[in-house]
Amino acid sequence: MIVAKLIDTTLCIGCKACEVACQEWNDQEYTMGTFDGSYQTKPELEANFWNLIKFNEVEKDGATSWLMSKYQCMHCADAGCLAACPAPGAIVPLANGTIDFVHENCIGCGYCITGCPFDVPRLNATTKKAYKCTLCSDRTAVGLEPACIKTCPTNCLTFGERDELLRMAETRTGELKADGFADAGIYNPQGVGGTNVLYVLKHASEPEQYGLPKDPVIPWTVSLWKGPMKWMGTLMFWGTVLGAFFHFVIYGPQDPEKHGHPEEPSDKS
Amino acid sequence: MTNGWTDVANADVVLVMGGNPAENHPVGFRFVLEAKRLRKAKIVCIDPRFTRTAAVSDLYVPIRSGTDIAFLGGLIHYAVSNNKYQRKYVELNTNASFLIAEGFGFSEGHFSGWKDGKYDKATWQYELDGQGYAKVDPTLEHPRCVFQLMKTHYSRYTPEVVANICGCTAEEFVKAAEMITIAAAADKSGTVLYALGWTHHSFAVQLIHAAAMVQLLMGNIGMPGGGVNAQRGHANIQGSTDMGAWNTLPGYLKIPRANHENLADYLKANTPKALRPNSLNYLGNTPKFMTSLLKAYYGPHATKANDFGYDWLPKVEEGADHSWGTFFDQMHAGKMDGLISFGMNPVANGPNTPKMIRALSNLKWLIVAENFETETAAFWRAKELADKEYPQSLKADDIQTEVFLLPAACFAEKDGAFVNSSRWLQWKEAAVDPPGDARRDQDIISDLFHAVQDLYAKEGGARPEPLMNMQWNYAKPQRPLLGEVAREVNGVDLETGKQLNGFGELKDDGSTACGNWIYSGSWTEAGNQMSRRGQGDPTGLGLYPQWAWSWPANRRILYNRASTDSAGKPWDETRAPLRWNGKRWTGDTPDYKADAPPETMAPFIMLPEGVARLFAPDLVEGPFPEHYEPAESPVDNSLHPTVNANPLLRTYNSDMDHFGTAKDFPFVAITYRLTEHFHYWTKHTSSSSELQSNFFVEIPEELAKEKGIANKTLVRVSSARGKIEGPALVTKRLRTLKVSGKKVYQIGLPIHWGFVGKVHGPLINNLTPSAYDPNCGTPEYKGFLVNVEKIG
Repeated sequence: MIVAKLIDTTLCIGCKACEVACQEWNDQEYTMGTFDGSYQTKPELEANFWNLIKFNEVEKDGATSWLMSKYQCMHCADAGCLAACPAPGAIVPLANGTIDFVHENCIGCGYCITGCPFDVPRLNATTKKAYKCTLCSDRTAVGLEPACIKTCPTNCLTFGERDELLRMAETRTGELKADGFADAGIYNPQGVGGTNVLYVLKHASEPEQYGLPKDPVIPWTVSLWKGPMKWMGTLMFWGTVLGAFFHFVIYGPQDPEKHGHPEEPSDKS
Repeated sequence: MTNGWTDVANADVVLVMGGNPAENHPVGFRFVLEAKRLRKAKIVCIDPRFTRTAAVSDLYVPIRSGTDIAFLGGLIHYAVSNNKYQRKYVELNTNASFLIAEGFGFSEGHFSGWKDGKYDKATWQYELDGQGYAKVDPTLEHPRCVFQLMKTHYSRYTPEVVANICGCTAEEFVKAAEMITIAAAADKSGTVLYALGWTHHSFAVQLIHAAAMVQLLMGNIGMPGGGVNAQRGHANIQGSTDMGAWNTLPGYLKIPRANHENLADYLKANTPKALRPNSLNYLGNTPKFMTSLLKAYYGPHATKANDFGYDWLPKVEEGADHSWGTFFDQMHAGKMDGLISFGMNPVANGPNTPKMIRALSNLKWLIVAENFETETAAFWRAKELADKEYPQSLKADDIQTEVFLLPAACFAEKDGAFVNSSRWLQWKEAAVDPPGDARRDQDIISDLFHAVQDLYAKEGGARPEPLMNMQWNYAKPQRPLLGEVAREVNGVDLETGKQLNGFGELKDDGSTACGNWIYSGSWTEAGNQMSRRGQGDPTGLGLYPQWAWSWPANRRILYNRASTDSAGKPWDETRAPLRWNGKRWTGDTPDYKADAPPETMAPFIMLPEGVARLFAPDLVEGPFPEHYEPAESPVDNSLHPTVNANPLLRTYNSDMDHFGTAKDFPFVAITYRLTEHFHYWTKHTSSSSELQSNFFVEIPEELAKEKGIANKTLVRVSSARGKIEGPALVTKRLRTLKVSGKKVYQIGLPIHWGFVGKVHGPLINNLTPSAYDPNCGTPEYKGFLVNVEKIG
């Protein structure tokens, strides 16, 4: 059974409860942000912040609207991160459609970031591994819904069997059309084979208004890399890794004083 | 709330005005969205800012902060002049037909009776017949009947006048009026959701009265999906109000005044008499409620011979006021020695912070019981911590106040009941023990009580009776359990020792004790009703009568008798909270005598009129709400320029009470809360602080352009009281308004920050004025004047 998450943006009030639930369940470090000129918690997703509500002020035909949408891993059927990943077992497509990251196997190359048409995975500067929403694979494995779904106060988020959610989304779209929103529709981009995170949008022909890419596709470089040129890419990649290894063995580590990362302010309680 | 959160799902129209539930009540807001999705309800959002509520509304209309009465007055005019009100309902359920004394009127900004800065209310009274009953004209045609007077009063509030005051367009107003008055149909309901956007004005009570008038005209009071619904801002603020304040005893019994020398005087002054022959006048039972309260306070010490201990209650001088503004003014003047501050952070949440800090500096002692060190507990360090914002503060070395910070348990570390906006008393258990030295409030109070009692016993002192005679009948007197207190609050039959079933069993002979009559029935012989979690819904209206317990009498919709016509036939068969089965009323707990046939008595049994008040002579500044400008306003009152603000506006005259004019402070400022934080509290927690770490100033795009302010530019906002600094958030969501032909900009100032906590920022109340509503003493935190300068 393929599971999915349905986000009915018409019922999202930007309360950010899903953000806190995600942080809490995944035991993330809290980091105090600098003001970025918006209601958004962060300008973008971060290695320790996997679920972001985007706030988009839109002015069209003299009317102001404030569109809120939840941004996280889309769990694509044809996942660009998976296609790009050179490390065996680091990105695992689960039987239920979840794209899970297994950090023991991650080599921190960051190729998944290049491969993702939604710009989701992030490298953690300290652990040197890539992170993103796991669709709470540790919860779904035991029959629980993801933390964000559990906490949503307005029923804007639903979790369940993908086909069933698609039917729900169609019903909701029909309701919206009947209410006069002719452009209402479902966001389920086919360029990545469809996603297991589905959206109901009032303005479906312009997903950019919500901060969603209009026609996301896996970059051709990645497709090529995992297609006919796979053997060459693999060879090149492992060649680089081995080269780096011998460089280390021969010349020793880099001077951390020169290359170290300043510690980010963080607060964990 | 007259109704409740779950009931909002029954609405056909949701008017959100003076509130922002999507941001401040996100969990309750699910019922608004349910109404929208399942009933196709229309959400109308009237707000100075385009908020997260506006974002999901069907119609948003911007208005200038503090002009809501003009808008609502416009709705009254629109409804009456376009015949879009529920005539039958108004005839049956309001005082529209009541005749008012000769000479009542309104001109040039004042109601009749204005003299020497005061109102003589003689002309505001009902015209009575020989038996003391109000005269009525059921046709509503008499020129002195309330309906005609109301019609005349609001005839000035045309869409154009409304637009000119509020700053929206007349078309926008009419569009909103059309949508809101859908509810005038007998089988349609509209709800009104409001919060601090209405209460934070110097005419707050009148504003809510105006909303009640609109709802009565629409026939929405007592109806599922209707009502006037205050969204309370704290988990238990409803409970706090129910249990009394400086001017009320528990259950909204009035505080005794100095001229009520004995219980009989008090009861005579505070027990209403029926104003119509068919009025049940339930508050005629006030002697039972008061006597039982005294028995709960003083137990066996309260006897008939000593007036049940009435003398031991504090009395307030006639005309005196001890509300927030007044006692801080007295403190500022050095007239107070000490303050005990429980769950309150006056430095952060009182208006005119510089004055608050200086006032506390004049105390001899201050006790703060809190989870964290708040700005109030740290007020003596204001200069050291935030000199830029509080240059007027004294240095720590120059402050003599002795400050005690008592670590107090937080809500999850205590059991007890929360009373929510829906009036539901929901019992909860403690989740964990308080950490470290933190103690539960009741333990702190108990220790304080015993310590003072011991001092009296050892050393004697003035007026020992109130403390020495206080009943303190708990298994462990030092550590009373909240369950024990709750049982006392419910009330007990002193002869049988049994818990009472409800306030209907209270007596005025001293044979019953009850700590709060409106809570009677919450802990009966059947146990703690507040801890019930039954999910049955027999009416199908989402009333859930077995979930917790709702005051009064587990009634879920107040005034529900008005949901049917005089013969007991529901206005809307699909939404009937009450039905008459020939013998009894079934459904919700009836707001009526349970076995009285439909035409026996008038429907509003809690009011001496038996009907609701469109005309309310008990309010201080007029029986009808009138548009007055806020204490500081960018324009003159276009209805009556010589009477600009509320004629009875409450202000103080200390050397720290300053007001500005539009010449120096041209912009209207509004303060508000964000979803991400709870008041001044969550800046102490990591998760909320991460969601919104920084203070910011919301500035309309057009003004930002004029001043060369870009997003994130540092700006200074100043008022006649103080200055703050922060980065600008330039937004389209604050529209430029046109008021009396003049461009008006509004500046948005979120609260939540301060000089202690995990994240810091300016206290917004550095800017707000000490201007207060004369009825209830609420400060005007919204709609004051500021200037904005670019400094970054």
